[in-house]
Amino acid sequence: MTPVIELDGLRVTFGKREILHSIKGNLHGRCIGLLGPNGAGKTTLIHSLLGFHPPSAGTARIFGKDIRHQAKEIRTLIGYMPERDAFIANLTCVHFVRLMAELSGLPSEAALERAHEALFYVGLGEARYRQLGSYSLGMKQLAKLAQAIVHGPRLIFLDEPTNGLDPPARTRMLELIREVRDSGKANIVLSSHLLRDVEECCDEILILKDGHIAANCNLEEERRANKQFVEMETRNGTQAFVEAIGKLGCEYAETGFQKLKIVMNDGMGVRDLYKIAVAQNVQIRRLNYKRDSLEDIFLKAMEQ
Amino acid sequence: MAVYGQTYKAYEGNLTPSWSRFLVIPRYAYQDLFKYTLFVVLFVVCFVPPLIFATIIYMHHNAAALAIFGISGTDIIPINGFFFSVFTGIQTSLAFIFTVIIGPVLISRDLANNGLPLYLCRPFTRFEYILGKASVLMILLSTITWIPGTLLFLFQSYLEGGGWLAKNYWILYAILVVCIAWIVILTLLAMAFSAWIKWRTAASAALFAIFIIPTPIGFAIQGILKSSKGHLLNIGMALHVMTQELFQLRDEISPDDDDYFFSYGEAWMVFLAYAALCFYMLWRKVRAYEVVS
Repeated sequence: MTPVIELDGLRVTFGKREILHSIKGNLHGRCIGLLGPNGAGKTTLIHSLLGFHPPSAGTARIFGKDIRHQAKEIRTLIGYMPERDAFIANLTCVHFVRLMAELSGLPSEAALERAHEALFYVGLGEARYRQLGSYSLGMKQLAKLAQAIVHGPRLIFLDEPTNGLDPPARTRMLELIREVRDSGKANIVLSSHLLRDVEECCDEILILKDGHIAANCNLEEERRANKQFVEMETRNGTQAFVEAIGKLGCEYAETGFQKLKIVMNDGMGVRDLYKIAVAQNVQIRRLNYKRDSLEDIFLKAMEQ
Repeated sequence: MAVYGQTYKAYEGNLTPSWSRFLVIPRYAYQDLFKYTLFVVLFVVCFVPPLIFATIIYMHHNAAALAIFGISGTDIIPINGFFFSVFTGIQTSLAFIFTVIIGPVLISRDLANNGLPLYLCRPFTRFEYILGKASVLMILLSTITWIPGTLLFLFQSYLEGGGWLAKNYWILYAILVVCIAWIVILTLLAMAFSAWIKWRTAASAALFAIFIIPTPIGFAIQGILKSSKGHLLNIGMALHVMTQELFQLRDEISPDDDDYFFSYGEAWMVFLAYAALCFYMLWRKVRAYEVVS
């Protein structure tokens, strides 16, 4: 199967500064999360894939099309929601989205029809005849999303789509992203600082660190493979208590004074830990039961 | 997508030809411009001189009309190169006013609102963007310069008959070349200033300055260095020389005129240098994102 994005030794330099260092990898996910700390190269990667910054070496392919030689063809397949405020002055929202559709090649009437549809879809139907300048931040984000999807692209780049949104607006934005993903008509690349946003929407992640790929994994597989953890803080915990837990056959580690991290075996439950605690007369003061989260994957990648 | 269905749907219809998409930009720009009454009034005013000139041409060929106004055939302005050069001068001046009104915001608004990534993330190149923005001015200025000029010329040819067109075809050539040269240079200057100067008033002032300031600079250089080469900075003079040469007025009015500091060829060199510089300035600035190395 052709990867959605194929990074083939992509190197991007600004002046003498190398931003992306020969990154390689294939991305197949329906919704690909692009993670990394500030300055990791997330936005530069998106811009390079859009053809804004030419690669200094290597290349990348989107649906098998080379960004060096088929940039215009690629741009017919993609939609882009920029991170920063971006609009065209003196236009109502519906005219703005229609203009964007026409620039993507839609005939005038089809562009108008789809502009209305896109604005209703993102929830701006009632406000579509207002000037963009009068929109709130959340509405502007939705308008940017509408212009990114109006021409029905096969791949949508969303750069920090939940930036500056209040909780209801953020929830709405994430719902829309999941809806587009689940429609099966478009793949999404979601760049975000917010791990929770990525965790809620993405099935594959690419973590960048200092212009290198720190991790690239299928989030679903990773979740299935990851074991369950219990982080426990005790009072009066004795060596005998620790050894009794060890006898259950699970891996454990003492992470601090009277603190334990236990990797749970299949069939083992929290109840077993309580039983041992009762038998050893140990108080359990805190018990945190969790699976390996995206945060753990991210932190591991950052430690490398 | 459907308004009521509200599901994401890909577009499967026909696409417009790639070459024609730059014309979307002027269409939207005119929708915006013609909303303003003042702009519409100014646009209509631009067609008053062509009407006056058409009336003069008509009067020239209508003895009855001349008799009504008590004008003899010898008193009326002759229809020749000078006549059309005056018309061209008036219309290009109006074109300059339009450029000062429209030009300064052509690109600066997109830059200020981060609009360029929205254009350039689509199958729309930087060149097409510049062409689209340029065509906003070029189409509008054409409607008030060479198009009425050509119509007037054809009107005169029709009324005069008898081989006048064959003898005076160079006038049409002069009208077209002078008007198009003005349109090209005004468009490029306005766009270059719009891209580099965010403040509208300053960009408008710069447009005036580029036609005024080179004159004293040229004379200062001439006074200090005893060289007329300083006048080569003067795009206004270059266009003037081109107009005089093309309408064959140079020898007629001032055969040994020292006011011309450079030749017709040099005038074109100045024109091309200005055009190239403006295009370079535009190309530097029209990018999705500016990279600071």
